[in-house]
Amino acid sequence: MSVSMSKEKVKTGSLKPKDIIITVIILLICVLSILPLYILIVNSTRAGGDITGNGVSLIPGLNLFKNIATLQDWTNTGKVEYNALTGYLNSGIIALSTTFLTVLFSGMTAYGIVVYDFRLKGPAYTFILAVMMIPVQVTSVGFYQFMAKLGLTDSYIPLIIPAVAAPAIVFFMRQSMKSSFPLEIVEAARIDGCGEYRTFFTIAIPMMKPAFAVQAIFAFVSNWNNYYMPSMILISRNSKQMTLPMMVNTILSNDKLADFGAKYAAIMLSIVPVVIVYLIFSKFIVEGVALGGVKE
Amino acid sequence: MANTSGKRVRSISYAKYGYLFILPFFVVYIVFQIYPLFNTFYLSTQSNGSTQTEFVGLDNYEALLVGETGTISHGDNAGNKGGRAWRAVKSDFMRVMGNTIILWVGNFIPQIVISLVLAAWFTNSLLKIKGKSVYKILMYLPNIITAASSAALFVMLFSETQFGAINKMLMNMGMIADPIPFVTGKAQSRVMIMIIQTWMWYGNTTIMLMSGIMGINGSLFEAASIDGATMTQQFFRITLPLLRPIMLYTVVTSMIGGLQMFDMPYLYKNGTSFTKHIETVAVFIYNHFHNAVSPNYGYSAAASVMLFILTAILGAFAFAMNRDKDQKMHKRKKQNKLL
Repeated sequence: MSVSMSKEKVKTGSLKPKDIIITVIILLICVLSILPLYILIVNSTRAGGDITGNGVSLIPGLNLFKNIATLQDWTNTGKVEYNALTGYLNSGIIALSTTFLTVLFSGMTAYGIVVYDFRLKGPAYTFILAVMMIPVQVTSVGFYQFMAKLGLTDSYIPLIIPAVAAPAIVFFMRQSMKSSFPLEIVEAARIDGCGEYRTFFTIAIPMMKPAFAVQAIFAFVSNWNNYYMPSMILISRNSKQMTLPMMVNTILSNDKLADFGAKYAAIMLSIVPVVIVYLIFSKFIVEGVALGGVKE
Repeated sequence: MANTSGKRVRSISYAKYGYLFILPFFVVYIVFQIYPLFNTFYLSTQSNGSTQTEFVGLDNYEALLVGETGTISHGDNAGNKGGRAWRAVKSDFMRVMGNTIILWVGNFIPQIVISLVLAAWFTNSLLKIKGKSVYKILMYLPNIITAASSAALFVMLFSETQFGAINKMLMNMGMIADPIPFVTGKAQSRVMIMIIQTWMWYGNTTIMLMSGIMGINGSLFEAASIDGATMTQQFFRITLPLLRPIMLYTVVTSMIGGLQMFDMPYLYKNGTSFTKHIETVAVFIYNHFHNAVSPNYGYSAAASVMLFILTAILGAFAFAMNRDKDQKMHKRKKQNKLL
């Protein structure tokens, strides 16, 4: 009690120079944080000649639609393998299905470990903790060679199915179930004659919605942004199959394209969806990070 | 709670469902992660340059670590020295290991310093900072932007060709006569990667450290300020010592992340030309196996196994810390129940 009261008292005091200086420093850091993004958006609205002639500018131009049209023209004439709509579709298919699988099966696994008592419960959880830190790079040689042998390169299967097993997400779902899912509910449901799967789908999932939502947002963003796995598996670089980050890379590695306005527009279009998703869900995301949620 | 007999009934009748709920996870994990892991161990004993491999013992490890003077143990050249091919592989491997360490240290130190200061400011109740939640959102933003797109953006801005926007601006202003090689220069490209990585990750670290600081008992700060301790004293005498477990955890997870650093070092390049000063272990592994016709599975897998061992050592620390956290929570709960 006394703590909160004295805090209130401190807060009612007037602004000190120190507060102002620190706020200005923080503001500067925030500006640096978004400056590259701002320059990107500005450049995507400027004429190519303006960018190559004058370098960086902070004032937007009027050429956004012209740049996008140029980009579309490059796509149509086959000059680039970038096609924003195809990219959205491909990345969207992969990101949505992996997110669905990750959240559903991680939730199931965590539920199984939290709710039931069985002999291998302890070892299963220890295993999940132990493998949580293994980076994909370590197993990717074996993974790639295995998929090549099965003829699954250039297929979405190796990009989607492994999402069923996400140890880190199981770990965090287990933590939140332990703290906010009372097991008495399961007992009560049983007495009322509710089956085990139905209990999970109709009682546990709705109750755990916030935890599921946070993990879903993270899973979606990280899968949408993933460059490593798709570029490893989609080895033929078929433009109909490529994900958005791969397409962006083809723009970068193509040095025959002269119109820089259109090139910046291509990059800008690739990050618009994640930025929108982020701004809508930013509160959840920041909270999720505070839980120690993500470090890829 | 339920008495022992109730527990026994539950464990007999419902254990089956426990297995059914965790089954999909384990099936998929074993097929897509554990088997590939063992396959990687197996491939590290196989030859290079073809999809049809043969057994070569520990030659790949010798090539990566010893180089030219290593002795070939299997195949037509058994008994000979590794020679020029091995020397090239070894020097590549040593270079990428060095790069990985340099890039990690160079991005971690500024990142942790900035994040600590920001976290201390944000959590200090004596400071009046308005709009904290907006700042946090802006600081985390770089982390969610597609790394491939950030890389493309930074290359286009900092490229040393006549089209690089930053160089063009500096030249127009008369500050430099010739473009600075931000993308291909040795020191320049490394510093750029460090800056970009710091830019991407400091928001994440700040938020994590903030939640750590908020876990510290507030009455400690209270008592200290009543005794007249300044902000700086509180930071060094209370915040830092009590934050040590979380700092250690951050360092370990960041090191694991640093070992797998791939996107930025791989994509930050002019056109298709490669920047070898920023090539990391993960890029080395990828470039060796990612070839449909003549993949070097052996070198790639041997490097992966070494990376795995390093990660396992670091991961053991993180694992122990996670378990401690869990057990502490258990103990606390038990105590609460007793009370």
